[in-house]
Amino acid sequence: MSLAYYPGCTLKTTARNLEEPAVASMEALGFKLDELPRWNCCGAVYSLAEDDLIHQVAPVRNLIRAKEQGKNELVTLCAFCFNTLKRANLLMKEDVEKRNTLNSFMNEEIDYSGEVKVVHLLEVLRDEIGWGTLAEKVKLPLRELKVAPYYGCTLLRPREIAIDSVEDPTILREFLKALGASPVDFPESTRCCGSYQVISSPDDIAEYARAILNSALRHGAEALVLTCPLCDYNLGRGQKELMKKQSGIREMPLLYFTQLLALALGLGPRVCHFGLNHGSPESLLREKDLLPQVESVQPIGG
Amino acid sequence: MPVTVSSKRLRREFIKKVKELSGQNLQSCYQCGMCTGNCPAAANMDISPRRIIELARLGLEEEIAGSQTVWICASCLACTVNCPRGFDLSKVMEAIRLLTLRKNIDRVRPEDIPPQERGELPQIAMVSGLRKFTG
Repeated sequence: MSLAYYPGCTLKTTARNLEEPAVASMEALGFKLDELPRWNCCGAVYSLAEDDLIHQVAPVRNLIRAKEQGKNELVTLCAFCFNTLKRANLLMKEDVEKRNTLNSFMNEEIDYSGEVKVVHLLEVLRDEIGWGTLAEKVKLPLRELKVAPYYGCTLLRPREIAIDSVEDPTILREFLKALGASPVDFPESTRCCGSYQVISSPDDIAEYARAILNSALRHGAEALVLTCPLCDYNLGRGQKELMKKQSGIREMPLLYFTQLLALALGLGPRVCHFGLNHGSPESLLREKDLLPQVESVQPIGG
Repeated sequence: MPVTVSSKRLRREFIKKVKELSGQNLQSCYQCGMCTGNCPAAANMDISPRRIIELARLGLEEEIAGSQTVWICASCLACTVNCPRGFDLSKVMEAIRLLTLRKNIDRVRPEDIPPQERGELPQIAMVSGLRKFTG
């Protein structure tokens, strides 16, 4: 089955370790993530000002690309892109005046009124595949791996686009359980990592990371599972700064949910690109016997 | 004909602009402080998120302009989802930022980001940061 898929800029450059294991895993589950033709940058953040319609053009153009393909659903993977596209879609669906203005501004495009449903890959796994089916496909259960789900902001806020309960999200917990891992709940799982403040107040990033990592550690986590490339960057950068300041801090491994998915489906470490992670998970995974030397997907012999 | 610009008139203008840009009714806030209590960056702010709303609806533009608060806000929306009045403070923070940025006063100069960091930062950080801190 083919799914219309929007990757976004970051997944093609610094976060290939989020995208490639996702594409390989979905293929193993019988789904092809079919990249949208002529996609463009979504603008990364949703425009919050009432009069700022020009910044809605970029995300809406991507939604139009999906509609042109005859797709009624668009799968996203980057948490920032998901938020921006889903909020822009909601605007086109609900605000008639702004919709009309945007449609007339883009008069070279077909009219759009929010017909495409924007979903995150985690929702596909939960709603279209199901945790039970996913669990049956697991070849290498992530036994004894204590992982804390870290949601960040953009999959859950604002309320109208949240993929799960804003107050008590469980989607990552259920995902981890399906893979055989032991989820570790902690209260800072939806606390902001500092986001784009890394551009203007880089010195504050370590303190954002400290609150999140300390809490996960206190609750017994051996690693954090992430959905967002900026969370990975900020938490990794923040903890490196903390380690420089204070000796004896053990590095918390940071993993994308797609990397755990690929490992559990037996796709091996090669598609995971662990070298790109900002909190190295390899020694932990080796310790838990989760890094097989021989990959189950063998190259086709000539 | 002489035009008198009184400070009272300027205050009204500021309130009007914040309302227009944010789409929020500043009077709906009842100052309970849930926004400040849930803000992960409140400790770094010189004026709390709750007080920003109070100063904005009084039209105290100079006090707000002299504060770092709106530039420390990361638009994480912890305030928005926890407000019992359904008030979206993230939109007021954005409106106040834009009133500065639209005067061509940038908060960040891209050339000040060290070249090595520019290469390492995820694109979403660069795009969102420059969207939030430059006009």
